[in-house]
Amino acid sequence: MALLEVNGIHTYYGAIHALKGISVSVDEGEIVTLIGANGAGKSTTINTICGILHPAQGEIYLEGEAIHELPAHEIVMRGVSQAPEGRRVFGRLTVTENLEMGAYARSDNNGIRRDMERVFTLFPRLEERSKQVAGTLSGGEQQMLSMGRALMASPRLLLLDEPSMGLAPILVEAIFDTIREINARGTTVLLVEQNALMAFSVANRGYVLQTGEIQLADTAEALRQNDEVRKLYLGEA
Amino acid sequence: MGTQTRLDWGATVRLGLLAGVVALSLSLIGMVERFSERDIIGGVFSLGQVFLFGAAIGGGYLAARRSAGEELGRVLLGGLALGLISSLPLILLLVAGGLTDAEGGILLRRFLINVSPGLLKLLAFGQGQIAGSLILAAVTGVLGLVGAGVYLLPPRLGRPLLVGLISVFLIGLLSEIIILAWGNRGIGLIIRRFMFAARGLLVPGACLVFLVAAGSNVAWSGQQERVEQRLSTLGPEQQQRLRRGMIALGVLLLLVLPFILRTYLSEVIDNIGLYILMGLGLNIVVGFAGLLDLGYVAFFAIGAYAMGVLTSHSDLGVGGLSFWAALPFAVLAAVAAGIILGIPVLRMRGDYLAIVTLGFGEIIRILALSDFLAPYIGGAQGILLIPKARILGFEFVRPESLYYVILLACLLAVFVSWRLRDSRLGRQWMAMREDEDVAEAMGINLVKTKLLAFAIGAGFSGLSGAIFASKLSSIFPHSFQLLVSINVLCLIIVGGIGSLPGAMVGALILVGLPELLREFAEYRFMMYGALLIVMMLVRPEGFWPSAIHKRELHMEEPEALAHLAAGQTG
Ligand SMILES: Nc1ncnc2c1ncn2[C@@H]1O[C@H](COP(=O)(O)OP(=O)(O)OP(=O)(O)O)[C@@H](O)[C@H]1O
Ligand SMILES: [Mg+2]
Repeated sequence: MALLEVNGIHTYYGAIHALKGISVSVDEGEIVTLIGANGAGKSTTINTICGILHPAQGEIYLEGEAIHELPAHEIVMRGVSQAPEGRRVFGRLTVTENLEMGAYARSDNNGIRRDMERVFTLFPRLEERSKQVAGTLSGGEQQMLSMGRALMASPRLLLLDEPSMGLAPILVEAIFDTIREINARGTTVLLVEQNALMAFSVANRGYVLQTGEIQLADTAEALRQNDEVRKLYLGEA
Repeated sequence: MGTQTRLDWGATVRLGLLAGVVALSLSLIGMVERFSERDIIGGVFSLGQVFLFGAAIGGGYLAARRSAGEELGRVLLGGLALGLISSLPLILLLVAGGLTDAEGGILLRRFLINVSPGLLKLLAFGQGQIAGSLILAAVTGVLGLVGAGVYLLPPRLGRPLLVGLISVFLIGLLSEIIILAWGNRGIGLIIRRFMFAARGLLVPGACLVFLVAAGSNVAWSGQQERVEQRLSTLGPEQQQRLRRGMIALGVLLLLVLPFILRTYLSEVIDNIGLYILMGLGLNIVVGFAGLLDLGYVAFFAIGAYAMGVLTSHSDLGVGGLSFWAALPFAVLAAVAAGIILGIPVLRMRGDYLAIVTLGFGEIIRILALSDFLAPYIGGAQGILLIPKARILGFEFVRPESLYYVILLACLLAVFVSWRLRDSRLGRQWMAMREDEDVAEAMGINLVKTKLLAFAIGAGFSGLSGAIFASKLSSIFPHSFQLLVSINVLCLIIVGGIGSLPGAMVGALILVGLPELLREFAEYRFMMYGALLIVMMLVRPEGFWPSAIHKRELHMEEPEALAHLAAGQTG
């Protein structure tokens, strides 16, 4: 049984039909990537999985249990957390306070302390700046904090919405290394990316989204070789 | 001119004109003339003169501070120049005031009603236009010089001088209240005869105040260093004991306060207390949870009406309950109203939320006023014959005794707010205030979190309203105007949003001061406005800010940041 099973969901913003029957499945231990042009519906998919949006049609199962009608806070408690698009850290709180906020849904203090240490090993920069107010971190540091905060929920499924957005190439490499490491330690990852090349390099499988519909689904390697994908998303001739 | 002439004449001229315009504005809105007979020191100088000339002295002081490090003579010259320049706007007024219309009236008065013969005579020191202008310029010039001189004094002399003068000013300003509170009996009466005129201080009284204030300042600055040194060498145990001692002293002071303040000032403190309660409640909604509620008075009204209906001895009373029995119901009614308002606005943010809550506040007031509900809550006639609180036959009638009821309520509210701030719920509010969407994604139940903020905030306000109803014995819809909501919002902003001591300081300033300075009633909102503008420019985080808001407002200042980040949330 897949860890996450998204089954033909339709999501609307008022009259705008943003998702038109999306199906995605993610197995335990995988990294699955979701790529697509701006406005294709990637963030909408993530937010629908998280319960911030609710599908008008279709179902979402986490380990076989339907979660598409649950409120967001209950889905977090079931082990799904996201690092939202655009590094939305709590700007007026310190780095440590942000991380603590990520562990909000938990109450196992020992586990929280352990995970805080783990986040600091993954992102040593955050430890150096643990007392700094998050709003004054650099863009890259904020992205690290956003990912660290999502990890603090100790998720089984981590949703990352464009973690490489606006980062220098060297930092992009570092972030993707970290994603690999997070996955190696047992966290399943659903990764939304614009940077398709990097996404395919870490992912096992991928989906290509276009205007609210799945256009292609295959292994990362196959997508990497696909002519259309190469033309449209990798900018190759 | 060499590099030595660094005195910035442009700045001096600007500052001088600014000081002049301040004096001119105070004249034009009528404050100078109106308070020209209101003595600070009987027969020596009046409040009107303070308004007219204060700007010149203050300007001279500021000009001197700007040119700090200059040669002595130059700084003084700058002060003099500033004073002279500051007289220009007033002289212009004098000249323009000389123009007359066909009937021989003052032409300017058609547009500026306060340009009266009395004002012009005041400005000209009773002389003609030319002589008057010269005297005016000379006086402001000298005062500018004095201002600069005060700055130049070594702190050892300057500080006691300032403290002394400010004390004389404040005591002269508040003389009426001081007499009212303490000057009618026994030793107070004797001191009053010696120190106070009908209004303001007598010369010997002023000298005494000055000497005592300046003297104690000198004495303190002599000891300060030693005391601080002693404190820093204390062990943690002793410090703990010291802190306990201070707290005990504070509690003792709170307990005996009505005996010190006597009736009139106790009444003032009672009103402040009711606003502190509301301020603490709104602080939870706006400060902690970030939900801008402009209809907060509604819950105050609901608490008051619930108390009225449940306890009144009039025909409208239905419960016949005692104050204490009705109190929980009044609070619950407000809490329920908080939830009822909260549900429809769950999805609203920022401006929309503000508008809807504003409407809610008005709806409640209009309902209270309506004929529709008049058979139950009295419409415009209100509810009368609301009994006082009683314990074992003791009735809390006088402001001095009611004080204890209010104190208890305030202590409860402070305790609850303080515990909530650092609780799990407090963090939920904080996250929601920072970013609602992310807070939701972190697993925070927004519905519950918002409703709890509305409900708890409303509860505090309802408690305040219930006590208010029994304090006045009667309630009318017009006590629950929009202005109350705005006052409460202003007081938490001025005090420092999200900060508990801030709500108290804000209430003291925005509720206490106007009560003490009733003479200024007609200028109240102007002063309010001026205070708010100055606050936002000079100290946007409020008088007693919470650490988080300090951080936010001083993000650009790395030093402040490092310092604040090192400390903890306050
Ligand atoms: N709050 C909203 N209200 C209305 N329409 C929205 C809202 N959010 C997104 N949309 C629309 O839904 C569609 C999908 O948006 P979404 O944010 O999911 O795109 P995306 O694939 O994440 O794009 P990007 O790569 O630019 O982040 C877009 O057409 C967008 O305009
Ligand atoms: Mg997106």
